[in-house]
Order: sequence, then structure tokens, then C-alpha cells
Amino acid sequence: MHKIVSAIFLAENIKKIEIEAPRIAKKRKAGQFIMIRVDQTGERIPLTIADADPEKGTITIIVQGMGKSTKELNTKEAGDTISDIVGPLGAPSEIENFGTAVSIGGGVGTAIAYPTAVALKKAGNYVITINGARSKDLVILEKEMNAVSDEAYITTDDGSYGFHGFVTQKLQELIDSGKKIDYVLAIGPIPMMKAIAEVTRPYNIKTMVSLNPIMVDGTGMCGGCRVTVNDEIKFACVDGPEFDAHQVDFKNLTDRNKLYLPEEKQSAEAFAHKCNLQ
Amino acid sequence: MAFFRINTPSFYKKTIMCPQHITTKERLAIPRQEMPSQNPDVRNKNFKEVNLGYTPELAQQEALRCIQCKDPSCIKGCPVNIKIDQFIKLIADGNFLGAAKKIKEDNVLPAICGRVCPQEDQCEKACILTKKHKSVAIGNLERFAADFERETGNVELPAVKASTGKKIAVIGSGPAGLSCANDLIQLGHSVTVFEALHELGGVLVYGIPEFRLPKEIVKLEIDGLKQLGVKFITNTVAGRSITVDELLKEEDFDAVFIGVGAGLPWFLGIPGENLLGVYSANEFLTRVNLMKSYQFPDNDTPVFNCKGKNVAVFGGGNTAMDAVRTAKRLGADHAYIVYRRSEAEMPARIEEVHHAQEEGIEFLMLMNPLEFLGNEQQWLTGAKCLKMELGEPDDSGRRRPVPIKDSEFILPIDMAVISIGNGSNPLIKQTTPDIEVSKRDTIVVDINTMATSKEDVYAGGDIVTGGATVILAMGAGRTAAKAIHEKLMGIDPHE
Ligand SMILES: Cc1cc2nc3c(=O)[nH]c(=O)nc-3n(C[C@H](O)[C@H](O)[C@H](O)COP(=O)(O)OP(=O)(O)OC[C@H]3O[C@@H](n4cnc5c(N)ncnc54)[C@H](O)[C@@H]3O)c2cc1C
Ligand SMILES: Cc1cc2nc3c(=O)[nH]c(=O)nc-3n(C[C@H](O)[C@H](O)[C@H](O)COP(=O)(O)OP(=O)(O)OC[C@H]3O[C@@H](n4cnc5c(N)ncnc54)[C@H](O)[C@@H]3O)c2cc1C
Ligand code: FES
Repeated sequence: MHKIVSAIFLAENIKKIEIEAPRIAKKRKAGQFIMIRVDQTGERIPLTIADADPEKGTITIIVQGMGKSTKELNTKEAGDTISDIVGPLGAPSEIENFGTAVSIGGGVGTAIAYPTAVALKKAGNYVITINGARSKDLVILEKEMNAVSDEAYITTDDGSYGFHGFVTQKLQELIDSGKKIDYVLAIGPIPMMKAIAEVTRPYNIKTMVSLNPIMVDGTGMCGGCRVTVNDEIKFACVDGPEFDAHQVDFKNLTDRNKLYLPEEKQSAEAFAHKCNLQ
Repeated sequence: MAFFRINTPSFYKKTIMCPQHITTKERLAIPRQEMPSQNPDVRNKNFKEVNLGYTPELAQQEALRCIQCKDPSCIKGCPVNIKIDQFIKLIADGNFLGAAKKIKEDNVLPAICGRVCPQEDQCEKACILTKKHKSVAIGNLERFAADFERETGNVELPAVKASTGKKIAVIGSGPAGLSCANDLIQLGHSVTVFEALHELGGVLVYGIPEFRLPKEIVKLEIDGLKQLGVKFITNTVAGRSITVDELLKEEDFDAVFIGVGAGLPWFLGIPGENLLGVYSANEFLTRVNLMKSYQFPDNDTPVFNCKGKNVAVFGGGNTAMDAVRTAKRLGADHAYIVYRRSEAEMPARIEEVHHAQEEGIEFLMLMNPLEFLGNEQQWLTGAKCLKMELGEPDDSGRRRPVPIKDSEFILPIDMAVISIGNGSNPLIKQTTPDIEVSKRDTIVVDINTMATSKEDVYAGGDIVTGGATVILAMGAGRTAAKAIHEKLMGIDPHE
């Protein structure tokens, strides 16, 4: 059992939850995640460790309510408990002084990219962050991102805040301005990551993406999280979740994530119904 | 022929043949007692245990078939050398609790092994009766004795020796880890088991289905260990949450036993393996057994909806049988086993093969998949297969399957489960480079002690042998426990 220390909404449907998990807080590195099971009938879902406080023995996750499991998690408040948490899982982000590193986050991907941006800054990189959201009220972690960035940009699809347009356009603008970029990390919806890969490909800029296949155990035991990278099967939970964007088969990932659409819908509807009754 | 009344609870009291006065000829005239089981057409729609277990009468009848050889070869056939002749005699005498105790001298998990051991390749194969008759049903009797002890509330906790002050970490809670923990705690050591998953038991809970091994039995074994004082910490992945070196240096464990199993599913490496509807057996079984997706939506984890679909499982081992029978129970219309050799070569327990056949599983032998085919939305629609015939024996002594020219055909299926074995999870190897591993990534040990190349670190079970059996994993856990005890206490094993 893990106690929730604090839980606050950062934007509509996106919650920041700090949980007691001393062993994980001590061990985790940027880019790693946990598997979480809210209660005894819950499924195991992967969530990135957005931050950790080894002294306090807590980790922070930032959760976007997508379906049953994440929405249920987002109903939790300080003092509530979580049945199971295991981690830190996955290979840590590759961190070195690349020179100029651009960290790009789309939606809740901003939260997933944040710990790696911190580590890149620590390693001596000139860090540029580009964080995209659909509109102003969905922008998250602005203050935190500003603190670790040498240059920080926000883009909104509707132009209600920052740069009007997509993160890809902002990245292209930076490249066109003649800035030498040595490393790009992009985390967000699959179409966004795919588009970023296409932006950087002609320039041969090393580009990493964090993949989000459906997982079960998160320890390499089931192969459900397999993705195709450079025409080879990789298990995202142990070989990843970060992979070379230029080698990822994004179509296969998009298809595989549709495996349980009817069941997800059924679960979400049943959960919404339960919430309405309460 | 003489009769007597046996000393068991009154509802069991029945008149049967007296073991003292029965001649060998009479023993041999008793037919092998069939294991009562659920009707195949009923059980292939539920997850309740298939076998119902012997009644005391059946058990005693079966036990009487044992001719009590002077030099019993069955014992040599058992990987942990259970005193088979003695426990069977106790059953024949009606002393069922005595029989259970006798088995437990050598096997700490008899209710489990009685259900899942490949007896036909071990004790029962060595039984002298197999030459002319059917072997004594040793496995069924083992199961009976253990179930009788448990169901009548007679399981006694063994004594625990005075504390030695030594601390041992066991990684993995499968049969290897559990049996190692069991022996060490009784010797007075402090034992902590670290398990990666949220539930304890290893393959016994996430792999082998309820209809073959009720989870309640595994749970009771683990509860027993908890009562003896074994500490269990779930949700801890060695190599990620904590490393072997940290256990030894920072958490002050005096020794570490690694029993992490063979948990890295192999795929076929053919086109289309990433289509929707293609699963590894590990994933399919984990979703159903561990995450209870057969109770979706009451449990949140979904699994492929098999109802009215055609499912093919590729492989011929126990895992393949478990997967295909699970698919049938989830409502599959056709559930196939596709195996590249012939039925005689299938490594699965013979009983499981028979049960599968009774349940309506279709066996497609001598067939090899070449490619998975899918539709526009990338859902699996079929498997292109090639027919094979048996050629010359290969290294394993089994006749090698060779393709028949121009025999390609398409098997229409909606779901495929790959069940061709497991490799070793590389996490421990990556984080503890001073543990020597083989080319196949299994951990190298001294088989007399299970000691690895790293001081104070021992290993056993599937992580050493590659995918094997419950009884071998259990035996390895016990060998390691003995060696750890001797090392920590400074005992010379040769004295
Ligand atoms: C390594 C890793 C790290 C992640 N980190 C975070 C994080 O920090 N914060 C966060 O909010 N989310 C994160 N995710 C995504 C999160 O795990 C999923 O949103 C969650 O599993 C969906 O579960 P659900 O029951 O709420 O929704 P479901 O009802 O299962 O699905 C709802 C929708 O989400 C999609 N979906 C299903 N499973 C996943 C999945 N595993 N990943 C992405 N989309 C999925 C489906 O296509 C569906 O449209 C991460 C995923 C991975 C693999
Ligand atoms: C579906 C199936 C059916 C089978 N049927 C039979 C049968 O009928 N008869 C038979 O004799 N054998 C059968 N087997 C084989 C048998 O189950 C195994 O040989 C046996 O379980 C091996 O025991 P083990 O303790 O070595 O490993 P496992 O049972 O695999 O247990 C290992 C445990 O370690 C945990 N673990 C792994 N990595 C870590 C880590 N890094 N940190 C912490 N914990 C970790 C795992 O989660 C698991 O709980 C079957 C196997 C399968 C998969
Ligand atoms: S989630 Fe099971 S292997 Fe990655």
C-alpha cells in the first residue's frame, strides 16, 4: 500500500500526484517509469516518474485521464492509498552533454519529458524546451520548464498562448534560424512524435522518442509491449521506453494501441456510470 | 481375500482389501484407478479444476497395486527421491496423514507436484509395473495424501530452529524461491523474499491456470511460509528496484538466492508477428490468470475476446496446452494446437494432452507457420503454414521435422498464441556483471551447491536450467538452502 501525500489538478483532467514510495524515490533515474495498480481489481498501467524526493521518500506522477484506470486514479486525493506500485522500470534516458538539446513535450508528454530535461541541463547541455498544448488552459509545468531551460517556448494549437501552431513548426523555425541542434527528445501523442522524426531526419539530428505501447507486467516477461525498431522486435518496458525516432515503426505502434478499443470503451462507460451514481 | 476397516473419519469408512494379506497376483489384478474428473463438455466452459481427486477408497485401491519392490526404481526416477514405496504403503494402510508427512520429508510442495509433475517421464516411467501393466498412479496418490492432509485441517507447521542471526534474500517467489525460503527459515535464518509482481507464486500463479492448479493451494503454501516467519516483499524487481550488490552491501544480507525463472518469451521471428491478435503465451496467460481478465469488466484488464473465434496456439509444451485450453474456455469456436513435430514428440504432460483432446482441442501436427496474415486494420486473419514430415533424429534424439514441398496452406485464425519457450530475463545479468552466465543467458552454478561465480550468491530453477519443471526448481531451491546454511554456519558438508 502506498499513501498519496498530495494530489492537485494542473489543468482540466491532468493531475499531479505525489505518492510515498521510498525505495523508488531513491533509485529512479530520468526516463524511468512505474507500473501502478490502483486497487485489487485494477489493471497495471505504466506512468512516468515525473519527479522524486529521496529525502521525503516520495515520487510524483502526472496523470492525464484517458480511460477507466487513469480517470479513476485522478479521483484520488491526499490520504488515499494505491494498492501496488513497482519500479523504477525501463532503461533510464541516455544523458550526456550533447551540446544543444531540445526537449519537446506534447500534452501530458511535457510531464514525461520534464525529468529528462532536468537531467540534460545538469549534464551541461544548452537546453531548449518546446511544450505544446491544445489551448492555454491545458499548458502544464510552465514554471518548472522555464527553470531548467536556456530557452523555453510554449505552443498552442489555437494560439491562445505562446506560439500559434504545432511544436513541429516551432522546431522547424529554430532549425531554419540556423541554430545548431545536437539532440532532440520528443514525447507526446504518436502523430506528434512521428512528425518530429520527419522534421529532424533530413538534418540527421539524433532524435529520441518515448513510446507508449500497452503494457502488462513492465518487466520483460510478456512481450505485449513489443514495438518494431529498425525492423527488429523490442520490448519497450526493458529495451525502452526511449528509442531512436528515425527507426521506430510508428504505424505498427498506432495499430497495436487499438487492440482493446471496445473493451476500453466499455470500461470507461461503466466507470462514468458509477461516478454519476455517486 | 481378507477385509478390514480403516482408521479414517467416519464418512470415509468403507470396507476394502486388507493390505497385509494381499498377494502380488491380487495386487496386479487391480486395474489402475482412473482419476475422477469434470465432464469434458462442462469443464471446457469453466475455470474450475478438471481433476476432482481420488476418494480414500480409490486411493487405497490404487496404493494396493504397488508391489513394494525391494529396490524401488520409482524413487530413482523422482528428481527429489521421495520415499515412494513407503508413502504408498502408508496410504494402503489407511494412514493418509502419515503418508503426507513421509512425502514432505523430501518434497515441500506435494499438492502442487502431485498435480503438475510429468510423472510419466519420472517416477511412473521407472515403475516396474509399466513393463507388463500400467504403472502405479504415483502422482495421483501424492496429490491425494497432500489434499487429505490439507482438507482435513491437519497441516502442521514444522518447527523452526533458534535464530542464527543470519539474513538471506531470496529473489523470485516461484517454486525455487519458495522451497529455498522454506528450508532456510526452518534452520533458524531470517528470510526475505523479493518478488517482481504484485502476487506471489511465480509461474504457479501467472502461468498455470486455475483449472489445473487452484490458486488457493499455492496461497495456502505461501501463508504457511508467512506463519513460519518468511517476509515477502512484492512489487520489487531485482536489478531495477534493488540490485544484488545492494542487498549484500547496503541491506546486510549474508547470502542471496536467485530464483527468477525463465521469463522472456521467444517469438517465431516470422512476418506478421506484430499484428493485432498475436500474443505470447506468457501475455495471454498472465492476462487471464494473474489479471483475471476472464472476469472482465469486473476486473479491469481486458484480453482478446475469443468468443466464436478461431484460435491457434503454436507449440507443444505444457504452456501451449494451458493456453489452448484457456482459449477454449473463453469461448473459442475452434482452438488448435499447431506443432511442427508429431504428437509423440510433444513435451507436454500426457494427461494434459488427453484432457485437451477430450475438451475438443484440435491438434494440427507436423505443421510450421511461415507468416501471419492480416487485414487493413492490421487484425490477424490467418497463418500461412507448411506441412512437415519426420526425417532423421536430431541432437535431442527426436526426429527432425522436414518441410514437404509445395504444401503451403492458409489456416484461417483470429488469434495466435506463440508458445515456443522462454529465454532468460537479462535484468540481473545487466546489473550484476560478476555473475557468470552461459551463452543462453542462464546463470552458471556448481550443481552440488547452486553457488554462482559470485561470492554468497546462489541460483536455481529455470534461471539456471532454462524452462524446466516445478520439481526441478524446487529441488534446486533446497540444494541451495542446504549449501547456504553450511556456508553461513561454517559446517563442512563432508563431515
Ligand atoms: C512508459 C510509459 C509511460 C507513460 N507515462 C505516462 C504519464 O506519465 N502520464 C500519463 O498520463 N500517461 C502516461 N502513459 C500512458 C498511460 O499509461 C495510459 O494513458 C494509460 O495506460 C491508459 O489507461 P486507461 O485505462 O486510463 O485508458 P484506456 O481506456 O486503457 O485507454 C484510453 C485511450 O488511451 C489509449 N491507450 C491505452 N493504453 C495506452 C497506453 N499504454 N499508452 C497510451 N495510450 C494508451 C487507448 O488507445 C485509448 O484510446 C505512459 C505510457 C507508457 C507506456
Ligand atoms: C504455462 C506454464 C505451464 C507449466 N506447466 C508445468 C507443469 O505442468 N509441470 C511442471 O513441472 N512444470 C510446468 N511448467 C514449468 C514450471 O512452471 C517452471 O519450471 C517453474 O515454475 C520454475 O520455477 P522457478 O521458481 O525457477 O521460476 P518461476 O516459477 O518462473 O518464478 C520466478 C519468479 O521470479 C519473479 N522474478 C523474475 N524476475 C525477477 C526480478 N528481477 N526480481 C524479483 N522477482 C523476479 C517472477 O515474477 C516469478 O514470480 C510450466 C510453465 C508454464 C509457463
Ligand atoms: S510489458 Fe510485458 S514485456 Fe513489456
